[in-house]
Amino acid sequence: MLKLHYNLEKLSMGLVVAIIVAASIGGIVEIAPLFTIDETVEIPDDLRPHTPLELAGREIYMREGCYACHSQMVRSLADELDRYGPYSLASESAYDHPMLWGSKRTGPDLARLGEKYSDAWHVQHLIDPRSVVPASIMPAYPWLMRRLDTGLLRDSMATLARLGVPYGDDAVAAAQADALAQARPDSDGVDGVFERYGEDVAVRAFDGDPAVLTEMDAVVAYLQSLGRLTDAPYGILAGEDGE
Amino acid sequence: MIAAGALGMTERKVAFALSFALAVLGLVMAAAAGQGVMAVHGAMAMLLGIFLIFRTGGALYDDGPADERFERYYDAPTRFGIAMTLVWAIVAMAVGVWVAALLYWPEGTPAVPWTSFGRLRPVHTTGIIFGFGGNALIATSFHVLQRTARARLAEHVSPWFVLIGYNLFCLWAVSGYVLGSTQSKEYAEAEWYADLWLVIVWVVYFVLYMRTLARRHEPHIYVANWYYLAFILVVAMLHIVNNIALPVGWGVAESFPVWAGVQDAMVQWWYGHNAVAFFLTAGFLAMLYYFLPVRSGRPIWSYRLSIVSFWGIVFFYVWVGSHHLHYTALPYWAQTLGMTFSVMLLVPSWAAAGNAIATLNGAWHKVRDDATLRFMFVAAVFYGLSTFEGSFLAIRPVNSLSHYTDWTVGHVHSGTLGWVAMIVFGAIYTVVPQLSGRDAMVSLRAIEWHFWLAVGGTLVYTVSMWNAGIVQGLMWRAYDENGALSYSFIESVQAMAPYYLARTVGGGMFLMGAVICAWNCRATMRAARGEAPDRPIVAQPAE
Repeated sequence: MLKLHYNLEKLSMGLVVAIIVAASIGGIVEIAPLFTIDETVEIPDDLRPHTPLELAGREIYMREGCYACHSQMVRSLADELDRYGPYSLASESAYDHPMLWGSKRTGPDLARLGEKYSDAWHVQHLIDPRSVVPASIMPAYPWLMRRLDTGLLRDSMATLARLGVPYGDDAVAAAQADALAQARPDSDGVDGVFERYGEDVAVRAFDGDPAVLTEMDAVVAYLQSLGRLTDAPYGILAGEDGE
Repeated sequence: MIAAGALGMTERKVAFALSFALAVLGLVMAAAAGQGVMAVHGAMAMLLGIFLIFRTGGALYDDGPADERFERYYDAPTRFGIAMTLVWAIVAMAVGVWVAALLYWPEGTPAVPWTSFGRLRPVHTTGIIFGFGGNALIATSFHVLQRTARARLAEHVSPWFVLIGYNLFCLWAVSGYVLGSTQSKEYAEAEWYADLWLVIVWVVYFVLYMRTLARRHEPHIYVANWYYLAFILVVAMLHIVNNIALPVGWGVAESFPVWAGVQDAMVQWWYGHNAVAFFLTAGFLAMLYYFLPVRSGRPIWSYRLSIVSFWGIVFFYVWVGSHHLHYTALPYWAQTLGMTFSVMLLVPSWAAAGNAIATLNGAWHKVRDDATLRFMFVAAVFYGLSTFEGSFLAIRPVNSLSHYTDWTVGHVHSGTLGWVAMIVFGAIYTVVPQLSGRDAMVSLRAIEWHFWLAVGGTLVYTVSMWNAGIVQGLMWRAYDENGALSYSFIESVQAMAPYYLARTVGGGMFLMGAVICAWNCRATMRAARGEAPDRPIVAQPAE
């Protein structure tokens, strides 16, 4: 082996090829099997993709770097099940480009956050965290009360559809209207939202004001959807699935 | 500093054309975007292009350079790269101290988006890894490559293209985050066009490296170059695979990665951990393998050990990324493979660290007297400690406690402060006087001050984060006698306050040291007595 290297280090292209080969093997072995994802990850029948409004909220969640302090991945450990709820399944993030599992919990995990607190609590907490949790060290996000820019939503959903997220042509076409309707429970567009994303989708004036669609509406709609895109993890914990 | 003086007449035209092309590229980007982050980035590229048009255009019809330049090494790009290293060090470390302070003092930031913790945190990580670390790697690689090949860089334009292009990438990345544009993939947050741009820069870097290597006057390629090559090649591989994304439109910064869910998590941490391996380890081991023997005046202790550790590191590291995903929805076998290889990785890592420390045998009096060499010694020690800690934390039950806590942050910083930054400072203090034609830096006392601030800061930082992480991990899993969780999450947050304060102080000490270093380097470069005295081997023209 040493003799082989002794000769190799006299050939620059030889070194290049050897480095590429040596450094490729591990990645190929670990990543390639995940390309059979369709067979290895069972997508639950009731799994829905994010609504346009939730998607917009997700983009804001990334923009503000929330993932740097909050994970969205409950590990299969007893204390995490007790603290947060059922452990996360691979299928839950099957439509997430990118995934937001996170790597640090400066704040708590958010994978099971949906519908745990009221919309009003979230709005107050995002505007002034210490007014509801005095010891919180979370930054305040008062600028989320500005109007939501929905201009890119349609193209975003079309892009995700090309990547395999199940958004039909009608969902893409109605992106902006659906976003607006989800935060306006009395409007005509609400039926379309239910039709495309299921009856369980939360349709509410998330920031308390149905008249103006704000970034706050989007973020709160997103936070309330966390862990609620499928019931599969709850079924497993209750033993219904037989796993 | 960007002098056209050494460029030949054709090279000046090429440089001028490239500057023009950059300005046009910026204009096209700005026009295609019309508004938003991409338009701002287009304008930045255009302004840089126009500046370079004036710089290169002004020298277009000056007298050609003297041929005797080929009898010297081409060190101007290295000097520029070191200056950029220090600029990024101060900016990114200052941002790091600032965001650390915000965790203790959350109301300390004005209520405007761009000063928010979540936007500034990637500025710190990108600024340090790519700005500080990357510039240091490129700058020293040009220096080391020429010396170990005994040949001048293959030509004069591409080193500038690489350095300026690379810094444009860094600037696009960090300015994007504060403006609210991010891909959100950790340590790969830059948007799609910045990622594409980096690929172009990287290809030019690789070609320059290989062309210069081809001109070498030594039959054997020195060990430092194996590591620089591994750094260049594998970082390219990681960067391309991890960042494959579909832009929402050609005129917007937004894009969606093609990877989703568990697949994305595996790709992300394959990238994330190998950024540690091939950016923050391989490249800096190259520095260690060159500057430690040079400074101590001792040959590398064992050639065989360096071979074993090199191939061990290149082969084993790629497997370990999945240890970031223990107990998650990643398939169990992938987690186990990651853990197993993480433990095995300790062997080549300690072989490299041990080889470095054994090299100092017979030169311990120099380690005592010379703060520059002491930087390198401490770097090797921290390299050994961090790699041990890394293997330890990758073991599944240990990881169940440490993951998601500040222990990880402590581990990363024992590597980045204790190992990466220390070896960079050791290299800088060796190179800067040499390139200034001097025997030593202007102030040796300042190096001592920097050394003790850096070591003190690193220790305060890492010890407080270790404590923070272990306390957090234990509080999260503590049960009372009734079988209920003992602590609410917010109680674990409150327990962090003293540690967060201490880490801010430690980071501040480290930053002060970096500022002293920047001042010392500037003073030394300004007091230059000429160029580097060493010469390449030049073929003499036939009689």
